[in-house]
Amino acid sequence: MRLHELLLRVARGEVRRRSGLLRVDGPELDDLAHQAAADALLAITSKIGQFRGESRFSTWAYKFVIFEVSSKIGRHFWRRPQVPLEAEEWERLPDRFGLDPARESEWRELITALRRAVETELTERQRQVFVEIVLNGVPLDALVARLGSNRNAIYKIMFDARRKLRTALAANGYPHGNTSEPQR
Amino acid sequence: MNDMSALDRFLHTDPEDVGCGQAMEVLHLYAELAATNAEAAAERYRGVAAHLRACGPCQEDLEGLLAAITDPRQ
Ligand SMILES: [Zn+2]
Repeated sequence: MRLHELLLRVARGEVRRRSGLLRVDGPELDDLAHQAAADALLAITSKIGQFRGESRFSTWAYKFVIFEVSSKIGRHFWRRPQVPLEAEEWERLPDRFGLDPARESEWRELITALRRAVETELTERQRQVFVEIVLNGVPLDALVARLGSNRNAIYKIMFDARRKLRTALAANGYPHGNTSEPQR
Repeated sequence: MNDMSALDRFLHTDPEDVGCGQAMEVLHLYAELAATNAEAAAERYRGVAAHLRACGPCQEDLEGLLAAITDPRQ
């Protein structure tokens, strides 16, 4: 079987596997699979010198199909955002972290402290990425597409933001693992 | 008492986490080992395993690659 056909089969399988996340119909999904297979073939062709035989060739090649499907789904989401991307949806945060509304008295203060830390401790870029990913629920790959960045860079911004926020909360008397009872 | 655990988990950062770039670099090696022995893969590539626990998109890519290489039709 020709390499392109194999890549297309993998791309179709992967698009189907992820299709629950996408509100698109069959022809559009198939188009996405075709584009992913074509771009994966280009990536494989240009990187073929990097293949060292440490895995089966097919495993190495399929990896590029998966990456292409991920990034195309991210771009697709960005073209059709499901949420308004400018508002800061702080009221959604408790729901995102599964906080029980009946126990609001226990976590309200912590959420307030978290919000203050987001506003005062983070750089503008970190705050922007935090708001989009955590508050607005934008998938990381969609934000990558929007900012014309790469996954590694956006992940690193979030990683540094998470570490700063945890440190700030700890400094305010919210020890990890027992954050429902702030010690003042 | 575990009400905040999802937030705790989210804010927790693992110093061993290698980031997306390095994880994606070896994802084919990780997947091939994980296809037969997930624990061995996590042991051999500790920093990648730490990353996959924290990064949804890379974990999703691993699952996609595992599905592709274990598909009996491939
Ligand atoms: Zn990642």
